[in-house]
Amino acid sequence: MFTLEFLTNLLSATVRLSTPITLAAIGATICERSGIVNIAMEGIMIMGAFFAAIFAYTTGNPWIGLLAGVAFGGIYSLLHAFATVTLHLDHVVSGAVMNVLAFGITRFLMVLIIGHPGTTPAIPMGLGRYRFAIPILSDIPVIGRALFNQTPIVYLGFILVAFLTWFLFKTKTGLHIRAAGEHPLALETIGVSVYKMRYLGVFISGLASGLAGAYLSIEANVSFTEGMSAGRGFIALAAMISGGWHPIGAFLAALFFGFADALQVRFQVLRVVRLPEELFIVFPYLVTVIAVAGLVRRSRPPKAVGKDFMIERSED
Amino acid sequence: MGNVILETQHIVKQFPKVLANDDISIKLQEGEILCLLGENGAGKSTLMNVLYGLYQPTSGRILLDGRDVQFSSPRDAIDRGLGMVHQHFMLLDPFTVTENIILGAEPGRGPTIDYGAARRQVKELSDRYGLRIDPDAKIENLSVGLQQRVEILKALYRRARILILDEPTAVLTPQEVDEFFSVIRGLRESGVSIIIITHKLEEVRAISNRVYILRRGRVEGERETGNVTTAELANLMVGRSVVLTVERTPHEVQPEPVFEIEGLQVLDDRRIPAVQDLSLTVRPGEVVGIAGVDGNGQPELAEAIMGLRPVESGIIRHLGEDVAGVSTRDRIHRSISYVPADRHRYGLVLPFTVAENIALGYHDRSPNAYRGQLDYEGMNGNAADLIKRFDIRTSGPEAAAMQLSGGNQQKVILAREFSRKPTFLLVNQPTRGLDVGAIEYIHSEILAMRDKDVGILLISLELEEIFGLADRILVLYGGRIVRELLTDETNEKEVGLYMMGGKERSA
Ligand SMILES: Nc1ncnc2c1ncn2[C@@H]1O[C@H](COP(=O)(O)OP(=O)(O)O)[C@@H](O)[C@H]1O
Ligand SMILES: [Mg+2]
Repeated sequence: MFTLEFLTNLLSATVRLSTPITLAAIGATICERSGIVNIAMEGIMIMGAFFAAIFAYTTGNPWIGLLAGVAFGGIYSLLHAFATVTLHLDHVVSGAVMNVLAFGITRFLMVLIIGHPGTTPAIPMGLGRYRFAIPILSDIPVIGRALFNQTPIVYLGFILVAFLTWFLFKTKTGLHIRAAGEHPLALETIGVSVYKMRYLGVFISGLASGLAGAYLSIEANVSFTEGMSAGRGFIALAAMISGGWHPIGAFLAALFFGFADALQVRFQVLRVVRLPEELFIVFPYLVTVIAVAGLVRRSRPPKAVGKDFMIERSED
Repeated sequence: MGNVILETQHIVKQFPKVLANDDISIKLQEGEILCLLGENGAGKSTLMNVLYGLYQPTSGRILLDGRDVQFSSPRDAIDRGLGMVHQHFMLLDPFTVTENIILGAEPGRGPTIDYGAARRQVKELSDRYGLRIDPDAKIENLSVGLQQRVEILKALYRRARILILDEPTAVLTPQEVDEFFSVIRGLRESGVSIIIITHKLEEVRAISNRVYILRRGRVEGERETGNVTTAELANLMVGRSVVLTVERTPHEVQPEPVFEIEGLQVLDDRRIPAVQDLSLTVRPGEVVGIAGVDGNGQPELAEAIMGLRPVESGIIRHLGEDVAGVSTRDRIHRSISYVPADRHRYGLVLPFTVAENIALGYHDRSPNAYRGQLDYEGMNGNAADLIKRFDIRTSGPEAAAMQLSGGNQQKVILAREFSRKPTFLLVNQPTRGLDVGAIEYIHSEILAMRDKDVGILLISLELEEIFGLADRILVLYGGRIVRELLTDETNEKEVGLYMMGGKERSA
């Protein structure tokens, strides 16, 4: 049963299943590095998924859908930035509201635009059709065939992991974002606006979660279904934490979840062991919880994450 | 000397509840070292933050080289040649020295940082000013003195020609202060004009040419330091004549120890030994002072004594019985009292009333409780007595603790702890951040407890405080007692030397 074919498929599925989690998790990493707690990925993802599907459906062009998903994810996340940075609201409260609100907005718009809640009609052309193999790399047995024969957003995910790692650790803006999450007043007193860096951090995570949503509705599927994020935003949160607030760590943690998920599906289909279906479905989530519980004590969050920043306030 | 380089005219800064600066006009001359002297809360930091563009003045003008300027953010001030080292360092602990120095002004084309060039520039800068530092060291691994050096380099890197230092010596040992002063004089030689904020009178005379005295947000006076006495400065600063040091009269010590520690080992939060092989004895009627630079195991020692942190090994004995395994609650009820270092986090529940705060720990018994329920009448009555006895300035027992000034908050803690007839008293940094009047009061209360034959262990980062109160001094370094000295047979310089491990310092 464990043929090369099986392994290749397993790895390929791992990568696909982890993609939305990777995207949301690396975005959230940037966000929390800037000092803002983000538990709103679930809601942002839903918004991204919805608008990607709607735009792909009405224009018939999935690439426009992709851009719409990213854009609306980014725009929606600015609400979180406004609430936490400008209005100084509690980050967790704002995030929770963002999640609830996203479900409400998409349902309302579903009824308004499509005429009913539930699922949108299928888009004429999904990004899943644009599968392409990267020459040479995809010839490597197992790994190469699993990683380099994929669809567009999966590749984008790889690129973004590398890009955001570089951005965070090698660029000036990246240093400023990290400073904003570590000791914001230190940043402000050398003349860089903490507010700007925090808006930027939240916005980047909005774009990334929007892309994750687009992946769900127009690449992995061909329509938007309410609630299709299915807790992935929260799994991404777990991946960010067990990844130690590092994009590559978050990526590896997301892969781990994707792997558990891919394995679960195969066990279920192959009936390796006879257990109720629900137990299989819960498996990757359970594994994630355990992984986070084990790793979380060792990773150190940015020192000022979740702390409000206001210059002129009584210190005592 | 002569040209006025920086000037404030009628600066007013109104915070929502406090008028922090009330019509302040000062002048800084080119190439001088100017002191700003004032008690805590006088408005010194606020004025400097206004100059630095971090706060916007409510009204008033700032003139630089005789021209009106408006700093809408620190960026503007930095661009015009101002640098500021804040009272609480503005450093990123897990980052390197280089990263901290270049932050916000990173070399390199486009979006990326040229770390090679950055390191070179930092090295060159530290060579030029003789401020030696390892550019690759992490801030969290540096001593406070070296961290301060990084802060100064940060300002110099931005080509500051006016340098503001907010309470720069508060965290330094006497030797480090000397070295710091020579650095500052060197900077003046190279053309930097300097403002130093302090509330220490001796320093004003040691370093500055001129001094402004601030009190309650107003300029109380301006003096040439050459011809002013410490007493005159003190009177201007406090607004009345003050006793600078409470007199410690000789007092007979009882022979039988009230409190002993033997071979104590305690771990810090990272599970690294913070206190090692520590032994000490406190007898009734004496104050034993623990001197040491911050970060040498003080909080861990205090927490272990109170049962707030587990003891790895060793014995803690109170009245002859080992209490190392006894709960905090039982230690308190055995007549061990504790004044914690951080009154806001550990000493008080800020939103609770004064009376409730005084009842804490004894809230389950008379006069605070009756038959399992809180007895507010009894509690408030008891608090009212203590408010009178300890001269706590508050609207009454039912005022929230957070409405009180720092000094009065500390008096609430003193009232609670001292009124419980302790046999042993652990006092950790009792006067941190308080003004001269409150310090004077608290010191005399501590000595009064000693004279009632209470055994007192005093932990303090302020050498002056140790010398003012302690009969014996134990120097804590690296979690160990490295030296025991009799206060009357030593001096601050000697203790300072042991505080740094007993070696001449090398940077
Ligand atoms: N950011 C702030 N917001 C509100 N009040 C403040 C702020 N900073 C300082 N204050 C208040 O202004 C007064 C002066 O404080 P400060 O300038 O820090 O005094 P100093 O530096 O002389 O000790 C104090 O009463 C303080 O509580
Ligand atoms: Mg101050």
